[in-house]
Amino acid sequence: MRFFKRKSDVFNSLIEGAEGVTYTSFYHDAFKRLRRDKVAMVCLAVVILIVVAAIFAPLITPYEEDYMDIGNELSGPSAEHWLGTDEFGRDVFTRIIYGSRVSLMVGLVAESIAVAIGLIVGAVAGFYGGKVDAVLSRIIEIFASFPHILFAIVVMFVLGTGIINVFIAVGVVGWTGLARVIRSQIMQLKQKEYVEAARASGGRNMQIIFRHLIPNCLSTIIVVATMNIPSDIMYEASLSFLGLGVQPPQASWGSMISEARKFMRQNPGYSVFPGVALIITVLAFNLLGDALRDALDPRLKNL
Amino acid sequence: MTNEIILSVSKLRKWFPVKSSKVFGEKQYVKAVNDITFDIHKGETLGVVGESGCGKTTLGRTMIRLIEPTSGKIVFEGKDLTAFSEKEMRLARKDLQIMFQDPYGSLNPRMTVGDIITEPYVFQKMYTKKERIEKAVELMKICGLDPVYIRRYPHEFSGGQRQRIGIARALALRPKFLVCDEPVSALDVSIQSQIINLLMDLQQEFGLTYLFISHNLSVVYHMVDRIAVMYLGNLVELADKEDLYQNTAHPYTRALLKSIPSLDFSEEHKLRAALKGDIPSPINPPSGCVFHTRCENCTERCRQEVPPLREIAPRHFTACHLYDGQGKIVDA
Ligand SMILES: Nc1ncnc2c1ncn2[C@@H]1O[C@H](COP(=O)(O)OP(=O)(O)OP(=O)(O)O)[C@@H](O)[C@H]1O
Ligand code: SF4
Ligand SMILES: [Mg+2]
Repeated sequence: MRFFKRKSDVFNSLIEGAEGVTYTSFYHDAFKRLRRDKVAMVCLAVVILIVVAAIFAPLITPYEEDYMDIGNELSGPSAEHWLGTDEFGRDVFTRIIYGSRVSLMVGLVAESIAVAIGLIVGAVAGFYGGKVDAVLSRIIEIFASFPHILFAIVVMFVLGTGIINVFIAVGVVGWTGLARVIRSQIMQLKQKEYVEAARASGGRNMQIIFRHLIPNCLSTIIVVATMNIPSDIMYEASLSFLGLGVQPPQASWGSMISEARKFMRQNPGYSVFPGVALIITVLAFNLLGDALRDALDPRLKNL
Repeated sequence: MTNEIILSVSKLRKWFPVKSSKVFGEKQYVKAVNDITFDIHKGETLGVVGESGCGKTTLGRTMIRLIEPTSGKIVFEGKDLTAFSEKEMRLARKDLQIMFQDPYGSLNPRMTVGDIITEPYVFQKMYTKKERIEKAVELMKICGLDPVYIRRYPHEFSGGQRQRIGIARALALRPKFLVCDEPVSALDVSIQSQIINLLMDLQQEFGLTYLFISHNLSVVYHMVDRIAVMYLGNLVELADKEDLYQNTAHPYTRALLKSIPSLDFSEEHKLRAALKGDIPSPINPPSGCVFHTRCENCTERCRQEVPPLREIAPRHFTACHLYDGQGKIVDA
């Protein structure tokens, strides 16, 4: 993690015989376990594919995001429009690819917000304990006791629509689970003898938190964040479905499904394909999260 | 061993507050270390023995202010550690180190051996990165570890090797005083003597002073110079090891040595046979002499008056009313 690994040449010059010696970090081991998991590898491939598609959307898609093929509205799948067109004659395939940007950004940005809040609140509560913990634990309980989607709707009403506000709403509702797990982990970790050893040689609180406590929570953070991404994506889709999230003409899977409801008869594919994209993405992240948990932190199983 | 005192504690006390069930009740405490007074001489090994829960670990950690004492004084090389500011204490930690019982819990699983051993230098802002690696190599050699494994992680080592890593880390700052909290009791018997021999060699080489906590004296008997016996947070007897066996003074020590000459406190059935009754709770320890509920020589006075620690013979200390009037009281 620190300078020792990167500067292998320093080692090899200072220590005779160090060159051929293997060493396996916890993450080496976990990655080996993960690689043996076929489902995980398939899911990882799917996730990578979606990420690549989102990044290179303009190169992959046959049309512009808002190009309208006038006179060819609500057509079914064809050679020109692989997945058909919507009520304005826009290419559904193109809009699904662009919609993946919204879903992934929500997964990334909203979950980062949730991790930042959850980590800080959980770590402070667990590390300082006592009254600080009592206050923060009540706050966690209050946030966790609201139904998430209702809470997100309220936030969207207050902040107004738009993708940035979706990030904030989804992030602000999703941090309590992580905060709880981190709190209890830090409480256990701070009792460890290696933390006492650090104190015994003059380590300060911040050094102990950053050198010992957080690195030992990192696998948990990775697992919990990955497992939360599917629900973040679903919250965005739900908000957009309700018309509170991403606004037209920007494409989002949720808003596409919402619009397509009105044209179920004329073009069923219009609502089915964004739904399938949503399901595949959510499933891939879900299964990947499970596999990461098994590889990194099996204790989280009964969460 | 010299007669120079390196560290002394007087009336050292650590009471842990416990949550009481009564809202307006008196505050209750676990009296883990209760007014303990003694000196440690430069270069000696002082063995500390006692039943599980008698406060050995708390004593060891409070002595180096890893746990803040409730009251009392800790004088190290003439300076009162309890008066030190946080910053002064952080510097003083170079001289006072500790090694632990658990070869798994005492090493951070996410750090390499090199990072673990050199971490004290990070905290004390000592040396350049290159010098730190050189120091780590040297420390690993001293502690019988092959430095080619410097980038390995703790889980790639055996229990005995992990304890060697713990020793290397404790020695990194060149301490003068080392608390060893049962450093071998989690190891196989065959490995125990290797670690003890290493600790003895290091003591010779660096002139270290040890406080050696153990619940089985037979393993460390040849290493310790003096033995301190603890009971329920109190120091009941302290003497040179031969003297403790030949001129046993305190009724508790006498009862113990009669049935468990090795002072192996893990032999619970022998422990139970040696003493009548159960060990009282440390939350409300008995009044007067803490041992009075189980003592065969108990008198009315023992129930009310706390016996002071007396030097009943040269270098032989005990806290018991049977020796009233003998020697001088040392913990007044
Ligand atoms: N942080 C703490 N808070 C409250 N009570 C504590 C704390 N640490 C120790 N105690 C209590 O203080 C007493 C002494 O504990 P300590 O760990 O010092 O005993 P010990 O002699 O080292 O025992 P062992 O042989 O099992 O290691 C015990 O009753 C223990 O429950
Ligand atoms: S003071 Fe009394 S009760 Fe305590 S050990 Fe001595 S004789 Fe026994
Ligand atoms: Mg102990």
